[in-house]
Amino acid sequence: MLSQDIATVLPELVLAIYTMLALLLAVYTGKDGLTQLVTWATAAVMVAVALWVAMAGSGSQTAFGGLYVDDAFARFAKVAILLSGALVLLISEGFMAKRGLARFEYPLLIALATIGMMAMVSAGDLMSLYMGLELQSLALYVVAALDRDSKTSTEAGLKYFVLGALSSGLLLYGASLVYGYAGTTSFAGILSTVQHGVPVGMLFGLVFMLAGLAFKISAAPFHMWTPDVYEGAPTPITAFFATAPKVAAMALIARLVHGAFGGITPQWAQVLAALSVVSMFVGALAAIGQKDIKRLMAYSSIAHMGFALMGLASGTAFGVQAMLVYMAIYVTMNLGTFAFILSLEMDGKPVTDIALLNQFSKREPLKALAVLVLMFSLAGVPPMLGFFGKFYVLKAAVDAGMGWLAIAGVIASVIGAFYYLRIVYFMYFGAEQAGAESKMAPVQWLALMGVAGIMLAAVVNFFGLEPAAIAAAASLAG
Amino acid sequence: MTVADLAFYAFSTVTVAAALMVTLSRNPVHSVLWLILTFLSAAGLFVLLGAEFVAMLLIIVYVGAVAVLFLFVVMMLDVDFAALKSEMAKYMPIGLLVAVILLIQLAFGLGAWVTADGAMGLHQAPTPDATQIDNTRALGLLLYDKYLYLFQLSGLILLVAMIGAIVLTLRHRRDIKRQNVLHQMWRDPAKALEMVDVKPGQGL
Repeated sequence: MLSQDIATVLPELVLAIYTMLALLLAVYTGKDGLTQLVTWATAAVMVAVALWVAMAGSGSQTAFGGLYVDDAFARFAKVAILLSGALVLLISEGFMAKRGLARFEYPLLIALATIGMMAMVSAGDLMSLYMGLELQSLALYVVAALDRDSKTSTEAGLKYFVLGALSSGLLLYGASLVYGYAGTTSFAGILSTVQHGVPVGMLFGLVFMLAGLAFKISAAPFHMWTPDVYEGAPTPITAFFATAPKVAAMALIARLVHGAFGGITPQWAQVLAALSVVSMFVGALAAIGQKDIKRLMAYSSIAHMGFALMGLASGTAFGVQAMLVYMAIYVTMNLGTFAFILSLEMDGKPVTDIALLNQFSKREPLKALAVLVLMFSLAGVPPMLGFFGKFYVLKAAVDAGMGWLAIAGVIASVIGAFYYLRIVYFMYFGAEQAGAESKMAPVQWLALMGVAGIMLAAVVNFFGLEPAAIAAAASLAG
Repeated sequence: MTVADLAFYAFSTVTVAAALMVTLSRNPVHSVLWLILTFLSAAGLFVLLGAEFVAMLLIIVYVGAVAVLFLFVVMMLDVDFAALKSEMAKYMPIGLLVAVILLIQLAFGLGAWVTADGAMGLHQAPTPDATQIDNTRALGLLLYDKYLYLFQLSGLILLVAMIGAIVLTLRHRRDIKRQNVLHQMWRDPAKALEMVDVKPGQGL
């Protein structure tokens, strides 16, 4: 029994054991001299585990008496999390070394956060949900404040910690109400209990849990921390915040609403729809006045979370599928964009001011073209891949009879296009003056160009994304 | 009235009285001492309930470690409790108001609270039968067998906390002298010491 359980959680276990061994090795030998090696090794292990999860996993099984679920949905999310985490490590290595932040704890904390995220998307119980979430969040609080001599980084870490603790409190309060009513913390148990009607206390619990999780995906109106944390944290950390944790938390919401509250779709669909509308508009409107590209990406991620929530709010299996496709595309776009942001510098110092991108196309025509493709894709302009992500979630909303939500999404998307296009405007038609230059490590260049290429080429067949997403959605909500 | 009943009344009276004294006594050190008495008598109550493991835990962890830590903190901090108390009288009415409202809300909430059919049974389902095995063993079965996954995850969380504390606060300073144990042990006494025969009244 135990050996079977351990075989099920083996991917997490391998990553955890690797992390601890690497930690011991780095502490007892080279200190920070091993940082580069540890970074590459961690990325390699994460890619290997991702391939393993993608190839070897099949069917649905539970372990540890239902605390842990391994199904197509969990595997889809895990592959996205692991690959994006590994890519962030690779594109950030040079940046960290140049700014004196090359510490071996950074890749290891990212690996520990990744284990937490894998536990989150595999949660089959309120307790394992919370443990995974805390493991992920604690590691993220620490890396946000990694640049401990910088005021903004420390502020980012502290702000993230305080608000994250608050959201964990909300989540726990909601979980305790749900447990108090249902008498069990297992999702399967809650699912069978809610079939016979839901009292107000239980609904309170559900809403509190959704509010706590909305903090983690930075959906408005729980988004206050996002711009400050994104701006203050070192840029590689921001790139990580914008990708893997978002997938994990979004998958966790999907797992919770479908796995535990599947019988009462109308009750949570309206909450998610409200979060979705508010996020899309807050993200679109507040980003317009931003001058810092990291703050802009923060509001952009808020808006994108709104769109992904739209898929979930439809409450159907197709909605889950649309959400997964959307998140995969969103993560890919963000990785490319951050590879570019990481490379921006002026006089040897990293810069994030949008106005410094003036006339960038004259200096670096190829990179400017790649960023143009990414910005168009983020805005959702056809025929870039970003358009298809939006198309899927809008279709899910319309199919579920939420036409108003889809219309609101289209309007928000048009407003949002303004600030993406503004970056393109600066790059091609900006004023003539000294601007930022882009010094890229080979990995960053590959990431930027690769992602831009994917945005154009993947529209043909999605690289097998769709069948995987269909299988994942079927295993959760089918 | 059995011996167990007598013991229960004795322990609960002491618990309540000591808990009252924690808040009433003027000297904070006395408060901590009263707190220790509260813990001890609460441990007695746990033994009466048959939860001997929790009782031992209370004595070892709370009395042995936490309360002593409190005592240290209280003795280290220079807090003028008289000044704090004079402020307290000013805010007492509003504090009482909040407390009463909270109490009413709790009463309403609990009064209207419903649970699903069979929820009570589900609550108790994970717990091994207390009449069959003693509770130390039962706790072990839950913690290390049934919830092994959660136990290991919490271990990882603590590891992150440790790494985080070190990453954010430890600074390697080069300009301070450190103790090198091997260096000390390899030191040759013949070279380090000089035996001098000091004559009385002369000195060196």
